[in-house]
Amino acid sequence: MVSSVPENSENTANSDFVYDSKVEGNIIFTQVDAAINWMRKNSLWPMPMGLACCAIELMATASARFDISRFGAEVMRFSPRQADVMIVSGTVTYKMALAVKRVWDQMPEPKWCIAMGACASSGGMYRSYATLQGIDRLIPVDVYISGCPPRPEALIEGLLRLQRKIDTESSTRELKAEPAEEVVKGLGI
Amino acid sequence: MSNLVAKIQEHYSDHVISTKEFRDEHTVVIRKEAIKAVMQYCRDHLDLQMLLDICSIDHESIDPRFEMVYELSTIDDSQHIRIKTPVAEDEEVDSVSDIWATADWHEREVYDMMGIKFTDHPNMKRILMWEGYPYYPLRKEFPLAGKPTDMPDVAFTGVAPMEGGPFVTSSSATSTVAAEPRAKGES
Ligand code: SF4
Repeated sequence: MVSSVPENSENTANSDFVYDSKVEGNIIFTQVDAAINWMRKNSLWPMPMGLACCAIELMATASARFDISRFGAEVMRFSPRQADVMIVSGTVTYKMALAVKRVWDQMPEPKWCIAMGACASSGGMYRSYATLQGIDRLIPVDVYISGCPPRPEALIEGLLRLQRKIDTESSTRELKAEPAEEVVKGLGI
Repeated sequence: MSNLVAKIQEHYSDHVISTKEFRDEHTVVIRKEAIKAVMQYCRDHLDLQMLLDICSIDHESIDPRFEMVYELSTIDDSQHIRIKTPVAEDEEVDSVSDIWATADWHEREVYDMMGIKFTDHPNMKRILMWEGYPYYPLRKEFPLAGKPTDMPDVAFTGVAPMEGGPFVTSSSATSTVAAEPRAKGES
């Protein structure tokens, strides 16, 4: 940074330590909740749980044309321990169900879940012995996205809805509280 | 009658139950004991070097209950033959996975979905459903919606809601109108 400052600028040579009135002079008053929520919602790190065809649209959403990084969610990590929103995109078979649950359990709080597409939301067209009828029977879902598959715009809309939801959370209180019991629909199918 | 069918009949006259031709498709039904020998013969002497598919049929009320179906073809796909063999409910079938490696997974699928076991199969385990699942879901008596099962901490299955669908044909109906695909509400 130092080297890029021209000699005749209003900063002195030792500009690292100069009080930058343009930035530091502006003090912002806010609530802690609002600040935390603002930081959280604008850098959601998704855990891509791609299980079927919907995952292709998830990949499209992450690529150049739709570019999910415009909304701060481009850091897709295949490690649940570094993720805070799980995007379940695809058909959850019973064989895979407990693996999804296990990955979810490895994600640190606070965490959110997007059920992307008909299959993840409700089992979709797979009314059968092999398919879990909606991932909300195992993990709590924040946003459901309809479609088979949803278009990337729909996923982005879902992400924006989740951001709006995060905006309303009382994060400070939750920081002190014990993690709440997860509310799921359960298996009483 | 095709050349291939004639040759099989000639060699295994004791074991061929029947042959059938339908729109240029040739089918040979043979006894279960000879299945492996016939398959080996087809591959080594009839040039049917490719195993296209293995499937199984549940006839439910007919005895013997099951039927294995093998689809063979030449590498250039110019000749095609279907070999069937009836299997009773408690019988095992000789595995052909040492003749065609591709039979390995096909046979596992048949075992998983229909419950037919294969003798001398290198890895007779379920392939689609989880290990320990107690049913064979493609058998006729198994409901489409599934049955609830639970193996704590391993896997579980539930019953799918069936209102408003799916569309199912009634094979036993007397008229074609009644046999049309309809939503049954509950399977
Ligand atoms: S909702 Fe449609 S596109 Fe998505 S996983 Fe299910 S079948 Fe595939």
